[in-house]
Amino acid sequence: MNSSSTAQVLDVEVEREDLEPRLRRTWQSGKGIWGALTTVDHKIIARRYIVTAFVFLALGGVLALVMRVQLAFPEARFLSADRYNQIFTTHGSNMMFLFAVPVMEAMGVYLVPLMVGTRNIAFPRLNAFSYWIFLAGGLVLWIAVALDAAPDVGWFAYVPLSGPEYGAGKRADIWAQMITFTELSALAVAVEIVVTVFKQRAPGMSLDRIPVFVWSMLVTSFLVIIAMPAIMFASSSLILDRLVGTHFYNPAEGGDVLLWQHLFWFFGHPEVYIIFLPAVGMVSAMISPFSQRPVFGYLALVIALIATGLLSFGLWVHHMFVAGLPPSGSSFFTASSMAIAIPAGTQIFCFLATLWSGRPIFKTPMLFVIGFLITFVMGGMTGVMVASVPLDTQVHDTYFVVAHFHYVLVGGAVFPLVGAIYYWFPKMTGRMMSEKLGRIVFGMIFAGFHLTFFPMHILGLAGMPRRVYTYPPELPWSGMNLFVSVSAFVLAAGFGLFFIDAIRSLRSGKVAGPNPWNCASLEWATASPPPPYNFARIPVVQSRDPLWQASSELPVATGLRVDRRELVVSSVVAAEPEARESSPADSIWPLVAALATTVMLIGSMFSAWAVVWGAVPIAIALTCWFWPKRTPEDES
Amino acid sequence: MKEKVVLDLSHLPLHATGTASLTFWGTSAFMLIEGSGFALAIAVYLYLMANAPSWPLNAPPPDLLPGTILTVLLLASLVPNLLVTRWAGQRDLRKVRIGLVIMSIFGIVPLVPRIFEFPALNIRWDDNAYGSILWVMLGLHTTHILTDLADTLVLTCLMFSRHGDNLRRYGDVEDNALYWNFVVATWLPLYGCIYWIPRL
Repeated sequence: MNSSSTAQVLDVEVEREDLEPRLRRTWQSGKGIWGALTTVDHKIIARRYIVTAFVFLALGGVLALVMRVQLAFPEARFLSADRYNQIFTTHGSNMMFLFAVPVMEAMGVYLVPLMVGTRNIAFPRLNAFSYWIFLAGGLVLWIAVALDAAPDVGWFAYVPLSGPEYGAGKRADIWAQMITFTELSALAVAVEIVVTVFKQRAPGMSLDRIPVFVWSMLVTSFLVIIAMPAIMFASSSLILDRLVGTHFYNPAEGGDVLLWQHLFWFFGHPEVYIIFLPAVGMVSAMISPFSQRPVFGYLALVIALIATGLLSFGLWVHHMFVAGLPPSGSSFFTASSMAIAIPAGTQIFCFLATLWSGRPIFKTPMLFVIGFLITFVMGGMTGVMVASVPLDTQVHDTYFVVAHFHYVLVGGAVFPLVGAIYYWFPKMTGRMMSEKLGRIVFGMIFAGFHLTFFPMHILGLAGMPRRVYTYPPELPWSGMNLFVSVSAFVLAAGFGLFFIDAIRSLRSGKVAGPNPWNCASLEWATASPPPPYNFARIPVVQSRDPLWQASSELPVATGLRVDRRELVVSSVVAAEPEARESSPADSIWPLVAALATTVMLIGSMFSAWAVVWGAVPIAIALTCWFWPKRTPEDES
Repeated sequence: MKEKVVLDLSHLPLHATGTASLTFWGTSAFMLIEGSGFALAIAVYLYLMANAPSWPLNAPPPDLLPGTILTVLLLASLVPNLLVTRWAGQRDLRKVRIGLVIMSIFGIVPLVPRIFEFPALNIRWDDNAYGSILWVMLGLHTTHILTDLADTLVLTCLMFSRHGDNLRRYGDVEDNALYWNFVVATWLPLYGCIYWIPRL
């Protein structure tokens, strides 16, 4: 049944040398600004996401340095208390919501379709929409910073500080609405990744042949889907309390301030794993080629990923041990917090076994893997410590906790991420990053990190609280603080060199070729950078490490059309081909819908009626987005 | 890398239907997101109730009539909704068109008792936390009725246009009907919370 009658052209009907030009004509995004605004290519959108997220990392890093300058000496006057509050709030919110989560999802947006052997992500227009929404959310926060109106209530915005009584002005609303923007975008990407992994895997890629990185993105996406509604509910109800006088968090009228903490941490703890699990997947991907063997314990790793995901929903109360909960609750959450060390330990031991039984090659990505193992284990150890109520009561809200979560987040996620950029940069750009600079970058980041954050454990044990803008000279903290501040500049210089290396390599790096590291997964079966259609012929998967098994010839499928954007839909478990499905063409409507949503969300900080009138342009944009355009993609 | 052709896909259909379709899985994932949202709203309701000295808090229980009429209407709408799903599966354009018109009406009519439900709650959103969560639950669900109604209206127009007789549209009709089932299913626990828990 066809809605239009175009001449169908199959790939087998054109000569092999004509195939790729034909596919390119069909799949390539438009030229110029219009092309840039309408593209739905997952690679282009993921690159934008990654670059934008790293810009936010750099901006957040500058804020960290500014804080360190202020704290280097007692009673410093570099920043006012109010500015300091804005800066630490923006630093945390920016790093969690505008850098860590989006960059991990963006790596998934780039790599998952390539790794499962398909031509675009599922719902590519939703993907374009999600990027624009993310960008808008980031701009909302950073414009507020520029206007001296940034949120000043901490990255978890506890009530009553953020509520209508104490949080005057629009600062807390900006925080809450930035959350809505970024969670909307994260949820959209999560849906795309789930559907891509379930339904677009290359023929033969049964569940037990999915790369561990793809598994990690799948589990992460489910965490996003189940955890993020909690923070959206929290941020929306906070805005309602502030704007229209609801009483969710007002104890005088039956509300409860601890309700906020429950909602926030029911999201906030899985959030840590939303950042960490993709990093585990990256380490699994990198450790294999540089150990010259498949990763040890595939099944154990996958089960550990799923177990971590499930357990992550049973830990949130350990953030609230000092809030005055019943002792039985504290005992339960202590036990569950310690239990999560089991799957995390399984992952670490699988990585160690891979190294032990392989023939390691210590290229830059591998150095970051080693850095990850050391740093993350240290962060995990202090994690087990603060899971215990008496110890947590002692160090809660001190620099010990600041040290702990930076070890877990930077060691557990940023080290693998920087390694992953070195590892996949050749795939994304076609050029290698510098191995020589890479080693220096690793040395500076690794040393700078530990010199900056290890002393914070000691500062915390010595009683230095978090979120203080200065401290008196009589307290025994000043020497250590100066040391930390100087070290922070070493760490920042490491990141600076990393950015320089990336920009330089983009222009003049060594040409990479399709598979410079001799890897086994499908993204290395295509050119670097991949063409708009990813694969001229869809690979057929016959083992867990397809490129190592097929050393000379890659098994492929034919029979797809070249006159429309077409990909293979396959069954969820066995990945048996079910249909040749079309993939949507470029469109301006995701951008228009994102702009309309932005107007509505910003308007709703000022008037509840914005939700009503703001819905009209969104509905129009969505209707235009989905209305059929008589293209070959609409044929069935 | 050289290629070896081992599989021919040209015999496959040009569109994945039913549970093979991408939109089925996408709709399911969005239902999981929104289902988590509804579950959280109920959790917040129960949490506030557990902390309150009395429930409902300083208000009489909501009046039953409008909410019960709406519940009956929503349950009744499941019959034409299931028929539309079946007709879409049979690619019967005429019946699908009639079914969608009926479902558009079933999307609009519940809004009438819904308008009366808000005053029947016997409390305003800004009176106390009990009122706040009641209005949010009802508002959240109303948003879902409105969203699906808008979707149904656009789809009805589409099915009367030249784009209608297309496997993709029938799939859209099936997914839209699936989503309406979700809108009805999520209402039942909310109805229990709003109207019956205060009477326990």
